[in-house]
Amino acid sequence: MTNSALSRRHVLKLGGLAAAGVLAAPYIIRHGLAAAPIKLGSLLDGSGPIGVSGARMIQTTEYAVNQLNAAGGLLGRQIQLIAYDTQSSMQLYSQYAQQLVLKDRVDVIQGGITSASREAIRPTLDRYKTLYFYNTQYEGGVCDRNVFCTGTTPAQTVDHVVTYAQKTWGKKAYIIAADYNYGQITAKWMTKFVRDGGGSVARTDFFPLDVTDFSSAISRIQQAAPDFLLSALVGSNHEGFYRQWAAAGMKPKIPMASTVFGLGNELNSMDAATTDGIVTSYGWYNDLPTPATEAFVKGMQAKYGAGVTDLGELDSATYEGIMLWAEGVKKAGSVEQLKVIAALETGITIDGPSGKVTMDPKTHHTIRNAYLAQPKDRKWQIMATYPDQYPADTGGACDLIKNPKTDKQFEPSI
Amino acid sequence: MDLVGLLGFNVVTGVATLVLITLGLGVIYGMMRVINLAHGEFMMLGAYTAVISHQAGVNIWISMLVLPPLLVGVVGLILERTLIRFLYGRIIDTMLATWGVSLGLTGLMATLFGNVVRAVPTPVGGFSIGRFGASLYGLVIVVAAVASLVAMLALLRYTKYGLILRATMQNPNMAAALGVSPPTIYMSAFALGSALAGLAGGVLAPISGVSPGMGAAYIARAFITVLGGGPAIITGTGLASTVFGLINSLVSFETTPIIGDVALLATAIVMIRILPQGITGRFLRRSL
Repeated sequence: MTNSALSRRHVLKLGGLAAAGVLAAPYIIRHGLAAAPIKLGSLLDGSGPIGVSGARMIQTTEYAVNQLNAAGGLLGRQIQLIAYDTQSSMQLYSQYAQQLVLKDRVDVIQGGITSASREAIRPTLDRYKTLYFYNTQYEGGVCDRNVFCTGTTPAQTVDHVVTYAQKTWGKKAYIIAADYNYGQITAKWMTKFVRDGGGSVARTDFFPLDVTDFSSAISRIQQAAPDFLLSALVGSNHEGFYRQWAAAGMKPKIPMASTVFGLGNELNSMDAATTDGIVTSYGWYNDLPTPATEAFVKGMQAKYGAGVTDLGELDSATYEGIMLWAEGVKKAGSVEQLKVIAALETGITIDGPSGKVTMDPKTHHTIRNAYLAQPKDRKWQIMATYPDQYPADTGGACDLIKNPKTDKQFEPSI
Repeated sequence: MDLVGLLGFNVVTGVATLVLITLGLGVIYGMMRVINLAHGEFMMLGAYTAVISHQAGVNIWISMLVLPPLLVGVVGLILERTLIRFLYGRIIDTMLATWGVSLGLTGLMATLFGNVVRAVPTPVGGFSIGRFGASLYGLVIVVAAVASLVAMLALLRYTKYGLILRATMQNPNMAAALGVSPPTIYMSAFALGSALAGLAGGVLAPISGVSPGMGAAYIARAFITVLGGGPAIITGTGLASTVFGLINSLVSFETTPIIGDVALLATAIVMIRILPQGITGRFLRRSL
């Protein structure tokens, strides 16, 4: 009997210890392990129509996080990447954003590709006070203290494209654009820049992302006979336009410039005859002859194979967005939202693949280099360099230092 | 005048495109009553066949016009044997099963070939209609569409197989009583429909971006055209494609592609209201 009494006591003791352990577990996890990793959430489209652009951005995110971790992490802590594939679905963006904020409790979210996806998650991240970096070239104008946009905006790029087109080809433009907020607002900027340059817009056409047949559009463009064509078409379905345009023999007749073309793998997937001569302007090209560019491309190729020949601004901006955030964290000595924002608002500068990138405190956009280039034989031929471009579009209206409570997207008035 | 010529050419190309993407579904859904939601993915497989075989050095015309129908026909055959044959007569179940197949095929191709856009070069150049340029490839589409229609018509009307096929679709029990094996006929019909979808994918590959998700852009139009056409699949597909293609092309030219699609859908709704059995449910009922 003594035996069984002893064992009962044992059982009670063990049970008590176990219960205490379970109750204390959250406390131990929260405070006991000081070197718990910093959590970086990523929302990017690895599949679906936007997956064309997103697949490389996902790899770039991994690459940047690995680099930071290899250098010892941040504040002595490793960085844990929590990435979800949003599959080009707005519903998944909202769902995963909630999950990252509420369940995974990440310290920062980097991602969003289309402007529609950014607007789908921005309110959620504002509400739950989770720092957000949007790392693609876009239509500009987002003015929100919680959000940092690291890609180029129309004043930094589209302006140069239009100026070049008007100087080289003529005054009359025809605009074709994707039918969602990016295309709509970019078309407005195009119109504004064309008119500022003394030109006119013959017509503007918008296409939903699932349009595949552009024959009627091509006929209409021919009928309008513009001096040049400006394209802000987006996604894999719209790539058909460039093929059909070339197949109709239009390339030698009407020259074209684009604000999206070449951000995916267009130079690899299409004939050189289809892509040659389409003028673009972005914040970075993988054929830039600079050591920083070479290092970035080499690093990515070492990790993901020699097939990585299609990196573009979306990837360099993703890398730079993560590095800017890392600098902010280092300077703040914390990952807390307000402290990192305050640190970033001191005007942090980093050296990224595209050169010097400075966070503009007033607009939360970047002051960065822009380039003008056209494809030649599947390579980018750099035609001009515009150093230290200020995001004048957003900067014209947005001042987050004076009005930190602003939460809107400014659009050009035409 | 040039403009009329260009517009006319666009309309004919648009109609031919609709015929191509619809005909395979006409066999599988129109005749066999299998709601094949994987139709777009069959086209996608055809397009991939064209891209991959062309990259492997096969002649462009063979890789566009011959290999896709063969390969997708075989894929259809395998799917029919392993999945579809258990579901004949259960329309809703076929919908669920083929939707699963479509997701599976999209995922499989994304895994195998990556989620990137691929392309085949357009094998022919452009030509001029007066002062306007147009793609000669439009003519290839028209020829392919007309050839498929004529071949299907000849098959159904003038061959013994066509007679048996029609009889089996009309009354499988009676056909069985007369010594035909309906399962074999169903199997071959499904493979035939799949092959036609593969051909559509191969022919459209040069002018569209080939990616795992490309099928989704075609499936709705294919179903609307089959429904609008009614029970006689060849006449019906031809007529419905003409009506929808004409309206879509002209309205798109005058306004925008969105309004063009709206006009197509509005026409379809009105037509289904007036002719619930499709065009050939009321007119030309004895046609094929």
